[in-house]
Amino acid sequence: MNPTGIAVALLQAVFVIACAPLLVGWTRLVRARLEGRVGAPIRQPWRDLRKWFVKERMVSEHTGWVFALAPLVLTGSAVLVAALVPSLSTSSALDQVGDLFAVVYLLLLGTVALSLAGLDAGTAFGGMGASREMTITAIAEPTVLVAIFALSVSAGSSNLGVIVADTLSRPSAAASPTNLLALAALAVVTVAETGRIPVDNPSTHLELTMIHEAMTLEFSGPDLAMIELAAHVRLVVFLTLLANLFVPWGIATTAQPLHLLVAAGAVLVKLTVLATIVATVEVFLAKVRLFRVPELLAASFVLAFLAVTASFFLA
Amino acid sequence: MKHTTFVQLLDLAVGAVLVTSFAALWLRRLATVTRVIAIQGFALAGVAAVIGVYEHETELIAVSVMVAVLRGLVLPGLINRTMRDGDERREVESLINIPASLLAAAVLTLVAYTATRSVVALDDSAQVRAMPLGVAVGLIGILLVVSRRKAVLQIIGVLMLDNGIALVMFLGTSGVPLAIELGVASDVLLAMFILQVLTSRIRTKFGGTDLDQLRELRD
Repeated sequence: MNPTGIAVALLQAVFVIACAPLLVGWTRLVRARLEGRVGAPIRQPWRDLRKWFVKERMVSEHTGWVFALAPLVLTGSAVLVAALVPSLSTSSALDQVGDLFAVVYLLLLGTVALSLAGLDAGTAFGGMGASREMTITAIAEPTVLVAIFALSVSAGSSNLGVIVADTLSRPSAAASPTNLLALAALAVVTVAETGRIPVDNPSTHLELTMIHEAMTLEFSGPDLAMIELAAHVRLVVFLTLLANLFVPWGIATTAQPLHLLVAAGAVLVKLTVLATIVATVEVFLAKVRLFRVPELLAASFVLAFLAVTASFFLA
Repeated sequence: MKHTTFVQLLDLAVGAVLVTSFAALWLRRLATVTRVIAIQGFALAGVAAVIGVYEHETELIAVSVMVAVLRGLVLPGLINRTMRDGDERREVESLINIPASLLAAAVLTLVAYTATRSVVALDDSAQVRAMPLGVAVGLIGILLVVSRRKAVLQIIGVLMLDNGIALVMFLGTSGVPLAIELGVASDVLLAMFILQVLTSRIRTKFGGTDLDQLRELRD
């Protein structure tokens, strides 16, 4: 592990954390404009976070250490993943120690921590949200693994940086059936894992169908701020994976400041485009019934599975 | 056309044929399933066109135009008419639920790969490597026939089976004579007409096309 690699990893973490609330603000703004509302400015999520961080922390007397630990585990794992996923450069120091399996299980660790916290408070909504989240995660998580695994077959490594560099070196591979199938599978899973329409509605509270919000009901003050920040970071991490695994152009393969600057601009453009697509699709889609969600995820799993078979048999 | 572009276009077209067969299993509305099978017809025509352009065979390009018209426009149109005549529910009714049928189709794809291994080993060209997908599309067509209740969906399943066979034919032989393709096409068209007539007869006689209710003999 060389010092520049560590610096790149830290830079990526800071970059993603700084961008995440702004990007979420952007999706909300796009959605508001498409629905004919003026909408809040894009720095509104940052303002909310700042407000929550200085507010008092109210904790129910019936909760235990699981509840207290969950925001820390969730935020910690999200920040670590942000440092790990190649958003600016493929030469991050963490990339050599953590591959796609590390990314998937770090994300899962955060999900499990939040679900346990949802159960810990003992409210009806928390338990409901936790059980739903686990149901969805149990089907969505294998799909992420299988989809990225399909890409790693042609790259010959499960390290995300190597996969990105491989696609950079063979531009024609970006439009192969394997990549397109894996892209479709990962896009569906991104929607499911980040709790967007049609799986979950990020802008509702106190509705019987909510998933993510149901688990966070008991949190307040700095805890709530950390959980929301982690949710924003996870959204950006998934969008970065989509952007850089399938359209890697612009990402730096070295740690030179100029290249990193170009990479930051490129990834910002890609993320803005993706966020706009997410927001636009949300305006036109209705939330699907909870019992239809497994159908959607089964379809995305099958797409990922086909991507793996295509990468073995067609290439 | 360069060889790498050819391989890529061929893989994309063949992949589209396979993905549309999965989509036909996944979707719930009969009208959308019909549209998907039309897209599959166009993708199949695309496969023929790509091979035809690469190997400079005008006959195969003519065949691809015919495939597009027949399997992309005429046959889905016929199915649409069969559906419009009846006023039954427009939703898919299946014996196994949709995630299970999707997983079954995934297993069938693997079966197709393993069953055709010795064929694929014969030659290293892109066409031969894509041949298992044709077999898979055929198997998924059979799955559609055995697992769905509505006669309309069973017709779509038969059509998908035939699409799979046609795909294997295009990939395996790199272009059959136009006469044979014409014969096959007219056979398929005839079969679809017969099935359409049969379906409307079932409907006028029994009021619906749920084939599970036609098992017992009654006076």
